[in-house]
Amino acid sequence: MKNQIKFVQGNEACVEAALYAGLDFFAGYPITPSTEIAEHMAVRLPQIGGKFLQMEDEIASLCAIIGASLTGNKVMTATSGPGFSLMQEALGYAIMTEIPCVIVNVQRGGPSTGLPTHASQGDINQARWGTHGDHAIIALTASNHQDLFTITVEAFNLAETYRTPVLLMLDEITGHMRERLHIPKPGQIPIVSRLKTSVKQGVDYHPYLPREDGRLPMSDFGGIHRYNVTGLFHDMWGFPTDNPQIVHGLLRHLLDKIGNNVHLIAKYKEFYLEDATTILVSYGSSARSALHLVNNRRNRGERLGLLELQTLWPFPYGIVREKCANARHVLVVEMNMGQILREVKIAVEDPEKVFLANRVDGMFITPTDIRNILRLIQGKGV
Amino acid sequence: MAIKDYLRERFFPHMWCPGCGHGTVLNSMLRAIENLALEKNDVVMVSGIGCSARISGYVDFHTLHTIHGRALAFATGVKMSRPDLNLIVPMGDGDALAIGGNHFIHAARRNIDITAIIMNNRIYGMTGGQFSPLTGYGKLATTSPYTNIDHAFDTVSLAIAAGASFVARTTTYHAKQMTDIIQKAIQHKGFSVVEVLTQCPTYFGRKNKEGGAAEMMENYKNITTPIGSKASRENPDLIERGIFVEKEMPEYCSEYNKIIQKAVKGK
Repeated sequence: MKNQIKFVQGNEACVEAALYAGLDFFAGYPITPSTEIAEHMAVRLPQIGGKFLQMEDEIASLCAIIGASLTGNKVMTATSGPGFSLMQEALGYAIMTEIPCVIVNVQRGGPSTGLPTHASQGDINQARWGTHGDHAIIALTASNHQDLFTITVEAFNLAETYRTPVLLMLDEITGHMRERLHIPKPGQIPIVSRLKTSVKQGVDYHPYLPREDGRLPMSDFGGIHRYNVTGLFHDMWGFPTDNPQIVHGLLRHLLDKIGNNVHLIAKYKEFYLEDATTILVSYGSSARSALHLVNNRRNRGERLGLLELQTLWPFPYGIVREKCANARHVLVVEMNMGQILREVKIAVEDPEKVFLANRVDGMFITPTDIRNILRLIQGKGV
Repeated sequence: MAIKDYLRERFFPHMWCPGCGHGTVLNSMLRAIENLALEKNDVVMVSGIGCSARISGYVDFHTLHTIHGRALAFATGVKMSRPDLNLIVPMGDGDALAIGGNHFIHAARRNIDITAIIMNNRIYGMTGGQFSPLTGYGKLATTSPYTNIDHAFDTVSLAIAAGASFVARTTTYHAKQMTDIIQKAIQHKGFSVVEVLTQCPTYFGRKNKEGGAAEMMENYKNITTPIGSKASRENPDLIERGIFVEKEMPEYCSEYNKIIQKAVKGK
């Protein structure tokens, strides 16, 4: 039997998880620090009869996987900041046309070409607001390879459940770091298959008429039902319309199908929150340093806790409010100028108790960095 | 099957101006599909943005109306997933060769089995008459009010240089030739490019005093000539029409299947 324990980069863990989730099709363009995902896909996908495409740019990569998804495939692309910027229009198209896909952004320093091989979490707000027009989005992240595996599978499951693009916001540290990964047995993590229409050939199929539960059963492109797909506002047939009632209805549907299910979508981990007087809120690789510090200070009797977010968007305001209700201080640990800090301040009853521990110089934020900020907040001096 | 049976009447009336050449392209394209007796379920039409792109909505195939310039990238994803389907991608000149120029040359280079139809009316019609990369030097448009100093691409030369294995040009005046060429382009296994000179009397014609639709079409008769004709040798200014390239080359989806066989064996 093949050894199911590997010592791999996060990017490779992401590839293995995507294959576990049933990935059929990947298209991408080389960019640091995500390139290893494309490289591993190029090897692994054809081995199982899947397709790997290296496209002419990131725009074409996302467009190609959207086309492939429509025919019934599970699809993915991977990129980093500059490529993610290029993808924003096609991302909006996938949201509007409700075509499932997973987009990995292994974040690097920005703006512009920035710091290609350094650590940053600077694209969190771009993930939420990058494409034009009102929209909802799902964005996930993880801090270690085992979680990264589970969360990648979850990304595919959510993409299918809500018929939406799902963003996997990794960072250079998680992407390039090597650590142990145990590949779960098939069936150990549940896999969501595409919900297909039961409408028979010759009977009218309405591609954009949601069921009562808001879900849209799909018909594979090239299959028995011919229909239109457009990025214009469209009716239940997929035909363009500017009827104000239909336009409003579709926009509400796109927002509500995610906004009304935050409790189902939100994933997080908590450490020592029960009696914590100071709570660290973090995500991705930053959460590793945060956890290290929390474990360390707990040993010395300090009442520190960690709330590690794995779902960044839709932001789990309710969970953050509840978990931080009794904390004297809340310290958001991230490698940007406070992109999640802002959301945490909105979430809690008392925003004055929320502080930022960050690093934006391309260097990984260390437990010592966090501790120094913590001492300032607690009035202990540096 | 009657042409009407290929149309989605629910979608009509269409949004093209009176005299627009795009309807003639739609007609020739449907007749080509009819002649080939393709099943409607086996045809996928992918388009981008612009007057030309709206053609996909009017036909009863699997239709994907995408974003500006990227139709070929979407089509590549569909074709790679379902190589058995016939992929037809109608594009305007701006859609195909300005914003979509990169995707165009790369699709040609890969020789993926897609039929690209470039409906060249030398103008951005939907936005109201701005110059395109095919408008040409010395022409007028709303964004070249004094004169256009941008030189035009030669679509045929560009497609050949990029590696397309089928390259042809025709016009809306030569509707029967257009049907014949599109038919061959669909049958061709590889990337096929058909440039159709199609009139925009509303913007290009009016701005450049080329008359109405009838005059513009008649002009296509006068300024074009079959490839290698005597007239062409005597007057190099004439635009040649016909099939320039038709060659057998390894097709991308078939080539990828070989990759799969290799990978499965070496696992």
